[in-house]
Amino acid sequence: MKSLDRTGWITVGVMLLLGVLPPFFYWIGNEFYLLLATRLVILAIAAVSLNLILGYGGMASFGHAAFVGIGAYAMGIPVYHEFYGGFSAAASTNGLFQLALSVGLSALFALITGAISLRTRGVYFIMITMAFAQMVFYLFQSLDEYGGDDGLVIEMRSELPWINLDHPLQMYLLSFVSLVVAMGVVHMIVNSRFGMVLRGAKGNDERLVTLGFNTYLYRLTAYVIAGAICGFAGWLTANFSTFVSPSMMGWGRSGELMFMVILGGAATALGPVLGAAAFILIEEILSSFTVYWHLPFGLMLIGVVLFARGGLLGMLQGRGRGK
Amino acid sequence: MDTTLLFIQILNGVQLGLLLFLVASGLTLVFGILDFVNLAHGSIYMLGAFICASLTFLVGNFLIAVLLAVPITGVIGYLIERVLIRQLYARSHLDHVLATFGLILVIDTTVQIIWGPAGISVPLPDWLNGQTELFAGVVVPTFRLIIIAAGLAVAAGLFWLVNYTRLGMLIRAGASNSTMVSALGVDIKTLFSLVFALGAMLAGLAGMLISPITEASINMGGEVIITAFVVIIIGGIGSMKGAFVAAILVGLIDTLGRSFLDDVFALFMSQNAAETAAPAISAMLIYILMAVILALRPQGLFPPKVR
Amino acid sequence: MKKILSAALVATMLTTPAAWARDVKIGFVTTLTTGAAVIGNDIKKAVDLAMEHIGGKMAGLNVQLIYADDGFKPETGKQATDKLVKQDNVDFVAGYVWSHVLLASRKSVLDAGKFLISANAGPSPIAGKLCNRNFFSTSWQNDQTPMAMGEVLNQKGVKSLYIIAPNYAAGKNMVAGVERTFKGKILGKDMTTWPTQLDFSAELAKAKASGAEALFIFYPGKAGGAFIKQYQQAGMKDVMPLYTVFTVDALSLPKLQKAGFTDILGSQFTQEWDPSLDNAQNKRFVADFKAKYGSYPSFYAAQAYDAIFLIKSAVEAVNGNLDDIDGMRAAMKSASFPSVRGKFTYGNNHFPIQNFYLREVVKDADGNWTTKVVKTVYENNQDPYASQCPLK
Repeated sequence: MKSLDRTGWITVGVMLLLGVLPPFFYWIGNEFYLLLATRLVILAIAAVSLNLILGYGGMASFGHAAFVGIGAYAMGIPVYHEFYGGFSAAASTNGLFQLALSVGLSALFALITGAISLRTRGVYFIMITMAFAQMVFYLFQSLDEYGGDDGLVIEMRSELPWINLDHPLQMYLLSFVSLVVAMGVVHMIVNSRFGMVLRGAKGNDERLVTLGFNTYLYRLTAYVIAGAICGFAGWLTANFSTFVSPSMMGWGRSGELMFMVILGGAATALGPVLGAAAFILIEEILSSFTVYWHLPFGLMLIGVVLFARGGLLGMLQGRGRGK
Repeated sequence: MDTTLLFIQILNGVQLGLLLFLVASGLTLVFGILDFVNLAHGSIYMLGAFICASLTFLVGNFLIAVLLAVPITGVIGYLIERVLIRQLYARSHLDHVLATFGLILVIDTTVQIIWGPAGISVPLPDWLNGQTELFAGVVVPTFRLIIIAAGLAVAAGLFWLVNYTRLGMLIRAGASNSTMVSALGVDIKTLFSLVFALGAMLAGLAGMLISPITEASINMGGEVIITAFVVIIIGGIGSMKGAFVAAILVGLIDTLGRSFLDDVFALFMSQNAAETAAPAISAMLIYILMAVILALRPQGLFPPKVR
Repeated sequence: MKKILSAALVATMLTTPAAWARDVKIGFVTTLTTGAAVIGNDIKKAVDLAMEHIGGKMAGLNVQLIYADDGFKPETGKQATDKLVKQDNVDFVAGYVWSHVLLASRKSVLDAGKFLISANAGPSPIAGKLCNRNFFSTSWQNDQTPMAMGEVLNQKGVKSLYIIAPNYAAGKNMVAGVERTFKGKILGKDMTTWPTQLDFSAELAKAKASGAEALFIFYPGKAGGAFIKQYQQAGMKDVMPLYTVFTVDALSLPKLQKAGFTDILGSQFTQEWDPSLDNAQNKRFVADFKAKYGSYPSFYAAQAYDAIFLIKSAVEAVNGNLDDIDGMRAAMKSASFPSVRGKFTYGNNHFPIQNFYLREVVKDADGNWTTKVVKTVYENNQDPYASQCPLK
């Protein structure tokens, strides 16, 4: 095993903190911080998956929240039918079945929309992914059976072997381990031959095409993998909140995921996690001081862009603009 | 289908389209010429509406307030460019997106601190608040005709500015080769500031024109910015002609979809199903339109010339 | 491992301050940011006034009130609720303007065995299959108000109606409600994109062309003001009188007055409360609210004011023993507190069985626009979902 560089140490350190601190708070009786951390970690998984295509692949998806929503509804709808009948083929409280559904449907949606969207580049890609996400948003908003705009209350968390998701600590640990696995998977992908092509195509697509690579297929594969991971994050979200609503997948949410990745540091392993943490923690801290907390938060975002190239991780690495 | 109603709805669609054009034209100018993605364009639209609303109560007349508020919005746009935007031209589009998202939060919160969260209802002079009979049976709100007139006037002015003036020539030249233009002794930095200020004025004007119909409110920027982006993407980034065609197209499709989709659906499905499906589909309509156009023409209807 | 952890949890819960002599802690979740903060601010004013009126005490105990912002988002609302329940360890969680925020947050409160009091949102699941013995409403169930409006239209002899409402859950509930009771013919119905669509030119043109006798709309918040302006600009007052629910309120009237949209004067809508209702509690509330803040309270404010007095009645019934959950529940169920809407009772699903009034927009003695009660439409009306609720 090769030795860690500075970024590696920072990554390990932050992840250790994230693994130990919330359970410790729970231990001393402060369950709220565990819940806060659970939401953070699940968002981080979605951000990590977006980073695979946005950071490494240069595909800025502005519709990523749709995958979270599809994954969450794919968990909630089987439970709904289990409790209230109708559509018995999908009725189930079995977590593994729901998980397969969440990941499978998100991947399928990514495959279909990706195949069309990837014909475009740059800002056109940003907007076409947003268009598909808005279609899903309005679809679920109009599905009265599943609560429409009010959302769907999920009566029961997924049933899994050995794990009880009703237990907040187990819910957290599952989410945390999932985040570590997701980071590992993305790390493996980008450092494989596949990842080299993906990253190469971001920098110079034509050269790789001339070399005989079908970069479109590489991009599409990455897009589907990202969609699947994000669908998994949706399954976790549904289990954490026991509620899902279309507002989880509006363009504003997709934007927030994008901002998290850029803020934390795109194309880095830890960046998306830092970005998600910054969004959640700053909101929690600033909003306890003033209802006008968006103002300092906005100034901070501008400051990061102006003075910290490479986002928050870049700042931690001491790669600020002035250095 | 009733032809009078169809005519009125087409007029409504054109009016919506022209309002969208005012927002989208500024966006496409800044995007096409400065190569800058400005998410905060919608916030300037909102700012224009609030400034105009306050001035309306101060001077007692909406039209005078608009005449005063447009240059004020331009100055604010100019200052924003000098202080912040200028630093970002050399950066990636993603940096633009994050920084202007921060700017949205700053502007929106500042507006809320100054004017409160409630929003302001803007009164019109009586002669604008009534209706006009265009010809037998076609009665439309007078103010909507004013919006159509203002939109067409601005569109004509922009075409003239870009195609027939020295400033327009510099803008076109600066867009394709800014080094060359500055080598010729033109102050490209000031030129860019002016373009940004022009974009801000156009957005502000759109906000002012919509506020007597709805109101000046905190969230109005977020509601319009996405549709404006849809318009410039369909039209092709940087193309003024594209923005105009796409804006009218989006305005018409949205309005006609809202008006007649349920009748169309009722032809081949049950009344109940049509009533459920039509609103959902009409909400999606402009996104479906954009997805189809991009799938067929990945760079919009009027793609920018290769630089 | 698991056992130790839960033991630790139990231990910390046991070491919280003793049941007596502690404060009454109330968490109040509402919207304090975004444009919707205008509603949250009005609610906050009413709650502050209620606290003033009770002298900050219930049954001799100090009341600790903690406001939390839902940011108009279900996730943020749930997180704020979690914090109130887990960190601040409140006894009551009240507030909730929005259905989706309430639905997302309800489990956090109810699983912890605390009381959940909705001061506005009333989605049908919570009245029906998801009802809970620790949930109480000081507002209404969504369907009730438009059902009353349908009845009003029948009484007025309206034969044909055009409906325009936003295409989201509450909008559909409102339409379903009026359709359930209205006996005439519905000549057309438009469901508009929510919340982004604020230009109703196409819908108004269709309504006008339909030739219906009357127009029914539901547009809460700023969309309501926008609709009314366009209704006036289209010159439809004399062609199609406007009937609304939750569209005209004390938050929009001052703005419309300032901008001179006089067509709203005389327009009628239904509601369970009105500032002119004649009872001691309401007179004090409205007079002091106007004196303190210079404006009429909205129905949101009235319901929030009631929520505080509902809680007070519970705490007093058990003499401040906040561990007596059953006693407090029974007290609230009896609805024995003085409500600003007058006497009402609670149904099995803990939604009010109450009167609904027809209100009309009028000028008050000072020339300000407000509303007055025209008549009582329904007496002791219960929502249609109560039968789906298994509670007795």
